[in-house]
Amino acid sequence: MKIRNSILTFLAVAALGYFLWWASLNLDRYMLRIINLIAINAILGLSLNLIYGMAGMFSLGHAGFMAVGAYVSALLIITSDQKVKMWILEPIAPWLMNLHTSFVVSLILAGLAAAFVGWLISLPVLRLGGDYLGIATLGFSEIIRILIVNLTPITNGSLGLKGIPAHTDLWMSYGCLLVALFFMIRLMKSNFGNVLRAVRDDEIAARTMGIDTFRVRVLAFTLGCFGGGVGGALMGNLITTIDPKMFMITQTYSLLMIVVVGGLGSITGSILGSVLVTTMLEWLRFVENPINFGSIQIPGIPGMRMVIFSVLLIAIIIFRREGIMGTREFSWNWFFRKGGVGR
Amino acid sequence: MSASAEQNRSLNFDDALLEIKNVTLRFGGLTAVSELSMKVPRGSIVGLIGPNGAGKTTVFNVVTGFYKPTDGIVEFDGKKLTGLKPHKVCEAGLARTFQNIRLFYNETVLENVMIGAYVRQKGAWWQNIIPFTFPGAAKEEKDIESASLNLLARLGLDSQADAVSSSLPYGAQRRLEIARALATRPKFLLLDEPAAGMNPQESQELLEFIRRLRDEFDLTILLIEHDMKVVMGVCEYIWVLDRGALIAEGSPEVIKASPKVIEAYLGKEGLVAGASEEAANA
Repeated sequence: MKIRNSILTFLAVAALGYFLWWASLNLDRYMLRIINLIAINAILGLSLNLIYGMAGMFSLGHAGFMAVGAYVSALLIITSDQKVKMWILEPIAPWLMNLHTSFVVSLILAGLAAAFVGWLISLPVLRLGGDYLGIATLGFSEIIRILIVNLTPITNGSLGLKGIPAHTDLWMSYGCLLVALFFMIRLMKSNFGNVLRAVRDDEIAARTMGIDTFRVRVLAFTLGCFGGGVGGALMGNLITTIDPKMFMITQTYSLLMIVVVGGLGSITGSILGSVLVTTMLEWLRFVENPINFGSIQIPGIPGMRMVIFSVLLIAIIIFRREGIMGTREFSWNWFFRKGGVGR
Repeated sequence: MSASAEQNRSLNFDDALLEIKNVTLRFGGLTAVSELSMKVPRGSIVGLIGPNGAGKTTVFNVVTGFYKPTDGIVEFDGKKLTGLKPHKVCEAGLARTFQNIRLFYNETVLENVMIGAYVRQKGAWWQNIIPFTFPGAAKEEKDIESASLNLLARLGLDSQADAVSSSLPYGAQRRLEIARALATRPKFLLLDEPAAGMNPQESQELLEFIRRLRDEFDLTILLIEHDMKVVMGVCEYIWVLDRGALIAEGSPEVIKASPKVIEAYLGKEGLVAGASEEAANA
């Protein structure tokens, strides 16, 4: 059974590899962008799910940690020639001028920087619970954004950074996703995963069982922020330009959609949610174009897809609040026992 | 009621595992516990009783670190407990159950017990994430799992190990809560109304169960209970609280005969006078 499952997992990864190889040769850039975005959004969704779904902390600050990651990575891989040309409002800070690392190192540093910022913020903020925590993290994420706008010598202010080398390709984004998935599954399967869920479900009982709930929550939050930073960095390297406007509450909101649609507390759910939300957001673009129904002509309304999306989200919350997966997970055993419920 | 043989063994109050010294707890103007002193002998089963709102659960919350007493200290095994956070209290060797059961309802029975065992787990969280590198941590986790299954078997819950805990019947949930507390490897167990919601036969079984726990797991047990049959049947020593103050203490026989206790429970003139008055008013 165990061997069978390992073989199946290996085959699934191989199939994914084959698909990526095929896609990179045959699909146009628009499609590739979407497939890349699915992986990045899945990483971001997983990291937010760790904070919100697994550890039960309602955080609205993910865009802020993405911003930290995206900027740190971009600043580390843009060459000094580019930097000289880009900073036109104010000169760049001298120490930043010649800072340069490889992409992979910049990814890790981006994650660490976001995790550090998240850790700092979590110390005061995680004493709050529920909605208050949401408001406070939202506030901090805005503070991060405003800091980026105003720290012109470091971040080039509201002009943002352009010409970031497009290091994010399918192999990079899906490689990162697999690594994230691997560690996430190991984490949630370990006894510490049980402890995380315990802290979420009943904090008082968890404390009575000798669990330092504050420490556990800080840890989960910091880990989630690490994922947010890496995801932000991948995003920056995919789109090749970043500016503070990218990291507003709407960014957090779409991640929240992924997590809620997929199922709070489900790793599988975050992957499915990312596939669904990312493709739907693109596919629904057609409603923003003018539509002809025979003689009736509907003019294109920009932003219409967000309206439709909100309606879909409301429908999910009314009819299937737990999302697609609830807290269940995909497993091969479940797959072969169709109809049974895997946990 | 026949006093069990257990009750005849003498209690050694000089060898106290838990000592509450002059503890007072005030919430603003309300004194929830006033100048309470208790010495719980090692290896005993003792009870804390009193009418509703007497402050029994508050005493538990003071001992387990959820409330900091306004005055006085709590000592456990000679070390000061007062001021410690609840999770540190658990680390020191005190475990408790709750009046209204508080299981982790989304987890399985086994996971509930493993969560209890986490407090004694030495391997760091990240050692179990990285594969192959930390065989010690991986083995420890396996050991925790088998020890938890073993514990469940001893409490007769092993057949439901993979069931989600919310699906258990009420009595089994109570036992699971105790199993989870035992998984923290305590020296001292506080049971908050273990017989609540049980029928007479179940509470009779509970008497045996509590004694078995004490003997098999080498525990000292303090319980809050309203079911007098349970209290008188299992406790070797009893403290009676009323409105936060200790009004009596002693063996079950002493408590049963104490006029102050009868007064606290039934009122000054006793039940008969009160009842006839009510009848006259009706």
